[in-house]
Amino acid sequence: MPEPLPEHLPEPLLDVRDLRVSFRTRRGPVTAVDGLSLSVAPGEVLGVVGESGSGKSVSMLAVLRLLTNPNVTVSGQVLFRGRDLLTLPDKQMRAIRGREIAMVFQDPMTALTPVYTVGWQIAEQIRAHGQVSRKEAHARAVRLLSDVGIPDAASRVNAYPHEFSGGMRQRAVIAMALSCSPALLIADEPTTALDVTVQAQILDLMRELNADGSAMVLITHDMGVISQIADRVLVMYGGRAAEDGPRRAVFHGPRHPYTWGLLDSVPRVGGPRLRRLPTIAGMPVSPGSLPTGCAFAPRCRLSHDRCEERPALAAGNGDAAHRDACWLPPEDRASLRLTARAAASDVQDMDSEAAS
Amino acid sequence: MISFALKRFASALLVMFSISVLVFLIFFATPGVDPAARIAGRNADPATLAQVRHSFGLDRPLPIRYLLMMRHLLIDRDLESFVNRGSRVIPQIVQAMPVTLSLVVGAAVIWMTVGILMGTAAATLRGTAVDPLIMLVGVVGVSLPAYWLGEVVNLVTQKQLHDSVFSWVPPPGYVDLTGDPGQWALHLLFPWLTLALLYAGIYARLLRGEVVTALNEDYVRTARAKGLSERRILVRHALRCSLIPIVSLFGLDFGALVGGAALLTEVVFGLPGIGKLTFDALQNLDLPVIMGTVLYAAFFVVLANALVDILYARLDPRARHA
Amino acid sequence: MSHAVSPSPPTTLSTAEARRSPGPWRTAAADLLRNRSAVASAVVLFLVVLAALCAPLYADQIAHTDPFQSHVSGTTVVDGRTVPVLTPSSTGLGLGVTPIGPTWDPGHYFLGADNQGRDVMARLLYGGRTSLLIGVTAALLTCLVGTAVGVVAGYAGGVVDAVISRILDVVWAFPVYLLAICLSVVLLTDGLRLGPLTVEAGSLWLPVAIIAAIYVPYIARPLRGQVLVLRNKEYIQAAVGSGAPTVRILRREVLPNVLPTAIVFVPLMTALAMLTESALSFLSVGVQPPDASWGTIIEDGLGLLYTRPAVTIAPGLLIALTTAALNVLGDGVRDALDPSARLRGGV
Repeated sequence: MPEPLPEHLPEPLLDVRDLRVSFRTRRGPVTAVDGLSLSVAPGEVLGVVGESGSGKSVSMLAVLRLLTNPNVTVSGQVLFRGRDLLTLPDKQMRAIRGREIAMVFQDPMTALTPVYTVGWQIAEQIRAHGQVSRKEAHARAVRLLSDVGIPDAASRVNAYPHEFSGGMRQRAVIAMALSCSPALLIADEPTTALDVTVQAQILDLMRELNADGSAMVLITHDMGVISQIADRVLVMYGGRAAEDGPRRAVFHGPRHPYTWGLLDSVPRVGGPRLRRLPTIAGMPVSPGSLPTGCAFAPRCRLSHDRCEERPALAAGNGDAAHRDACWLPPEDRASLRLTARAAASDVQDMDSEAAS
Repeated sequence: MISFALKRFASALLVMFSISVLVFLIFFATPGVDPAARIAGRNADPATLAQVRHSFGLDRPLPIRYLLMMRHLLIDRDLESFVNRGSRVIPQIVQAMPVTLSLVVGAAVIWMTVGILMGTAAATLRGTAVDPLIMLVGVVGVSLPAYWLGEVVNLVTQKQLHDSVFSWVPPPGYVDLTGDPGQWALHLLFPWLTLALLYAGIYARLLRGEVVTALNEDYVRTARAKGLSERRILVRHALRCSLIPIVSLFGLDFGALVGGAALLTEVVFGLPGIGKLTFDALQNLDLPVIMGTVLYAAFFVVLANALVDILYARLDPRARHA
Repeated sequence: MSHAVSPSPPTTLSTAEARRSPGPWRTAAADLLRNRSAVASAVVLFLVVLAALCAPLYADQIAHTDPFQSHVSGTTVVDGRTVPVLTPSSTGLGLGVTPIGPTWDPGHYFLGADNQGRDVMARLLYGGRTSLLIGVTAALLTCLVGTAVGVVAGYAGGVVDAVISRILDVVWAFPVYLLAICLSVVLLTDGLRLGPLTVEAGSLWLPVAIIAAIYVPYIARPLRGQVLVLRNKEYIQAAVGSGAPTVRILRREVLPNVLPTAIVFVPLMTALAMLTESALSFLSVGVQPPDASWGTIIEDGLGLLYTRPAVTIAPGLLIALTTAALNVLGDGVRDALDPSARLRGGV
């Protein structure tokens, strides 16, 4: 059920409507993405956040049609510049992959083919999308590597992936993704596998890219990363959108109880010293057994009868760009959040006392 | 680099030495086995036995015997057969070598081509009916006794259908490549196919597994996200990486076959190659010939391993630093 | 951010876990049963074994013949007429004989006779017993010894590992058939006397021991690699560090991890062992008369290939059928237990 887009937003670059991804497994069908809608404007950074299994990676793989397993069914619409990628002929889809939409994956250790040099792999992509001579492609690979901050790029271009450190490899993967100046870059947890200092460097790099005009979808489970770089935030839970809005609005006035949980479990510099970080009670919902109603209801301290029914994304209080999927009365959210937080810390104190 | 090569060479020599000692001990030092009794016949009297022992040098201590045999084989190059006295070992091996090489090289070309095609096709077409069908052919290839298949091929081409379909098939035997290349190929055609069928099955099954694994690797997803064609992803990325383990197995198999492991095929098709020579020597317990062929086999095994190492380093950059 | 799940009492968790996942062995068995080609292979194998077990029944009750006794001047009844089992060969030098061909009558020489007038069908069933027995015993022995050697080498490391590995390398590099033939030629005439252990020359244990010996590196090398990886895992290091006795670590931590691979190798190894046995027997350095195996029957049929091909074809087909079934079953077991297990030559 795609909501009409708020009018003040520019024409979206990527417009995903009612995306569904399900896997056929031995234990029956599993719904990984359940009616997800999202949009990315040109030059915008959308942060997609959620626990593992929330369907954030799968949905982006589905956008690029990278789910090749025959047991996967994808339905819905993925409009990129008005064209539906899901029905595009293979050849046209290939022309979009890597050239208009590029993707950076989580684990740089395994993302590059081990038997070719980094430069060769970058040049391969350049040559796949244009009539470029081998020499020219190589020269561009060197430039790209040096652009992403690899020292001595002219000689490192001939190194093999295993000769690079994790951070260097991720830079190389990003360089590769940028090689055709894509309009949209999808980055799937680009910093998760890296050291903290390297994470900051990669995030800086991504910010620079965005400044150059690329739109970006940044998938992460790290609210900290989102707060640094995203223009807009999409919170996913159980394959569905739980909350969607501008970064400021989501961080300063989160609406969905799940978002509350995510934000409360981030340690704060200068915040009160906590004996223990608050957590979200219960286990993440399993895609195999999505409830018919609100997916978060089983873990929600404020769940009530209405939650048996599935909530739609809706704008709550005036700001049409900030929407959430929850049955709680929109006007009471701030006070409800405090109630929930108090209840959670009580239980946790009891738990930790019982444990000690 | 030079120290690496030296190390490599030393370990190759060590393997050859170990194999020759191993085989020597099998024949001369297995408890309860008396080579002299074998040469002299079952019911030889003690005097004859003693004489045989002396004339074949079997009364000397084991290490001396080993060294003498190696000296005659490798330095004087005049080691003689026990059974056909006067016939030297090395010329026999030299004569048999081209036969075995012809058989094995031809078969290897066929089996690698067919095996790679079958394995790749099965991996890419999994989920369709083609995959189990190809794999069934692979299983059959692996499960047929090679010598029996050779017999059946002989039966069909020489007898059952010889008057109709296969009238062009020559009788079993070998024709020199330099003498008549056409006849050479014609005589070897069915031995090639027979030997290749077995190995094509092994390689197809192995490669299918490797390609299926590779197609699920992250780098293949990256390649797809780059916008490469499926064909390029398969050939340049998945297949390229899958071939690395295949090559090392190929080295072992090829070395072993050239070294005489094709003896069943040679025996069945009447090809006077190394395998046949080894087998005949074994049946007569002709120890000098056995030692000669075994060392020759070990040489090829070691050579093939060294070549594989070089090739491996070329195929897999990660191996270059190890 | 990883959400620490609020701790629920461990007992309820583990029972819930136990109810949901039935344990690796149970899951593997269920997977195997769902694999239709594996089940079909198991049925084929069962039938082959059953037929082999029924060999005496067939020979005594149906064919009324002794398959180990030559019947050079015997006669049999075909279509109501009495015919000799062997007729002097009319071609060639006239030295050979032409045995009776297949009568397709289970009571009288169903598949014909060999050149000693023995009932091929009955010999085939008896031969199956020998071939299966040798194949299974040798495979079990190889897997047992190979696992032990691999685990010891991988776990002990150091000099022990270096010595074992070098020996394995040599045997691994050497063509197995040549090695097997060398051993067979030496042992088959004189038997093996190793201290208190004496194996007679004609014993079936000789081919079993030889085949088991030559394939040990096929099992030991991959398992050594596995143990080497395990050895560096934190939980093993922790067990070692906490001073747990080696035997207990091996039994509790190492063995359960390598056992699936070892089990995957059993059916594949059995196929390999049966093929090797038949090849050795074909070269008359395997099973010795009066025992028969499928390989020796093929050898018997060699001189009759063009006149009585059934003697050669039937045992070969049985070997192919059995080894193919073993390979398919082995693939199924591998998919269920350890998809990464690879056996050289057998896969």
